Amino acid sequence: MSENPILALLFSAIRLATPLLLAALGGLFSERSGVINIGLEGLMLAGAFTAAVTTHYSGNPWVGLLAAILAGIGVALIHAVACIRYRADQVVSGTAINILFLGVPALLSGAMFASTGATPQVPKEQLLPYAPIILAFALVPATWWVLNRTPFGLRLRAVGENPEAADTAGVNVARIRYAGVLLSGALAAIGGAYLSIGQSSLFTRNMTAGRGFIALAALIFGKWRPVQTMLACLLFGVAEALSIQMQGVSQIPVQFIQIIPYVLTIVVLAGFIGHSRAPRALGLPYQKKR
Amino acid sequence: MKLLRELLFPLIAVAAAFLVGGVLVALVGDSPLRTYELLIGSALTWPDGIGYTLFYATPLIFTGLAVAVAFRCGLLNIGAEGQLYIAAFVTAWVGITCAGWSAWLLVPLCFLAATLSGALWGAIPGVLKARFGAHEVITTIMLNFVAVALASYFTQYHYKPPGDPILETVPIGEGAHIARLGRFIPGFPERIPLNLAFPLALVVSLLVYLFLWRTRWGYEIRATGASPAAAEYGGISTGRQIVLAMAVSGGLAGMVGINEVMGYRYRYYDSFSAGYGFTGIAVALLGRNHPVGVILSSLLFGALLRGGLFVDIFTENVSKDLVQVLQAIIILFVAAEALFRGPLRGPFARWAKRV
Repeated sequence: MSENPILALLFSAIRLATPLLLAALGGLFSERSGVINIGLEGLMLAGAFTAAVTTHYSGNPWVGLLAAILAGIGVALIHAVACIRYRADQVVSGTAINILFLGVPALLSGAMFASTGATPQVPKEQLLPYAPIILAFALVPATWWVLNRTPFGLRLRAVGENPEAADTAGVNVARIRYAGVLLSGALAAIGGAYLSIGQSSLFTRNMTAGRGFIALAALIFGKWRPVQTMLACLLFGVAEALSIQMQGVSQIPVQFIQIIPYVLTIVVLAGFIGHSRAPRALGLPYQKKR
Repeated sequence: MKLLRELLFPLIAVAAAFLVGGVLVALVGDSPLRTYELLIGSALTWPDGIGYTLFYATPLIFTGLAVAVAFRCGLLNIGAEGQLYIAAFVTAWVGITCAGWSAWLLVPLCFLAATLSGALWGAIPGVLKARFGAHEVITTIMLNFVAVALASYFTQYHYKPPGDPILETVPIGEGAHIARLGRFIPGFPERIPLNLAFPLALVVSLLVYLFLWRTRWGYEIRATGASPAAAEYGGISTGRQIVLAMAVSGGLAGMVGINEVMGYRYRYYDSFSAGYGFTGIAVALLGRNHPVGVILSSLLFGALLRGGLFVDIFTENVSKDLVQVLQAIIILFVAAEALFRGPLRGPFARWAKRV
């Protein structure tokens, strides 16, 4: 790594932005299809926990990553079924997912490893290399392309903006929304896996520490668009990198740097800097008219 | 009959959650029956079980009412957690700053501090929504983090006793203490932290009922929640109702500070809340956003919090985290109520019709 402090900060920001970006891009697919996903935090925790446990047993981080993706999809399926099929309040369902994955990993690791706090350490050579970073940033143009240049993207946006019209045009609203929510589960879980078997080497209780919500903030800050969302994630990554570097060194209390993403999001939502408009049908369950 | 029907879905949701939770318990290798026996049984012993159950239920009544009032206005207040942190800190701050004052002045002052600071913090997302159209779910989530950081900053840099390894403030003045119920109930030891905040919570529940269903303001809040367009057409300023509902909601959440600071720890203790604000969402949902329902579901969740500690100690594999899992499943089932009207419809619906 470089001796240059600016470069070091930048590199650390990119590393820290990676899990945010993965979760935020996941959230983008769900929310552009019209399903609010405040369960990103829980999905990340599910991914982080599954990755750590599977890697511990298999000794292979790629198996861990794959298992995390499956777990993310499985958990997202709960959210999807509740919201799409049973028209549950999407925010409430997402909150339940978050609470569920504060509890489930602790319950399971307590039974498996006799410790509700953490899973066993994964040896250094079994950790994920830089792949998730590359994947996260490669997904930005890919997401843009899928969203704006493919039939699936067109349908996804149509379903999120005006499901009635999309339905009339022959789009299966429910199916597209399922795809959006399940994609969000997969991506958020990769973000979580990168936390536990990439940046760290084990799962600790609530290790996401609000990153799912920061990802949500980045998504809103980035106006539900891939490139802007990436920039927001990088900005929040810089804030986190700064707050780590300044700990104990600077006079500025670390709390003031920690709240930057949250305050910025509120400012943007209130329309003080540009306006962030949500997909029009966001949060509204859709029932097919007969 | 109507009451029974109101109770039916919440009861089914709880039963279903215990069923799913039981499967999980069996999966990790313990007996579900024994676990539930511990969970419920240890919450019902006298005086400790019942005392602690009521003590844990107290903050949940406040946050449950907070979420319910906002719900009645069509708002989802996920910010109760932040509101109660701000309020608890401000309560402690008043109790520290005016430490020498007599209880006759200081207790009401601290009550006011808890309620008003919570109300102010709660009003922020209300204003942001009414004035700028910012969605309250996102702003309350963000403000939670800001609240926790602010309280932790002031505690760490300005009010921590020097050399104390724990992040907490110096103690509040004796005049700001409220009595533990052990002082009034024979055979009920004062070491159990159940305090006057519990009867206060019951009184406040009644006041919330009267406010929502017997006052003009309450009516306008409910009208706004039922149909904003119709309310606006009927001459109600929905923007004002949104701010009012969020302020009332925040004030209710803020009262947790009374229980925590004035009745329990006598200081502000960093990250004291066991997710009371979030459990409040479960409490309100399960209680159908009605004060009576809120009290009943707070008792249930209070019992689970108490019993969870025993599950932790006395089972082989299950930890107290089971409680959080149960809570989440209950929320899911209540939220997806259509589940019981859909595929599981047959037997339930037939039975529901009969009662």
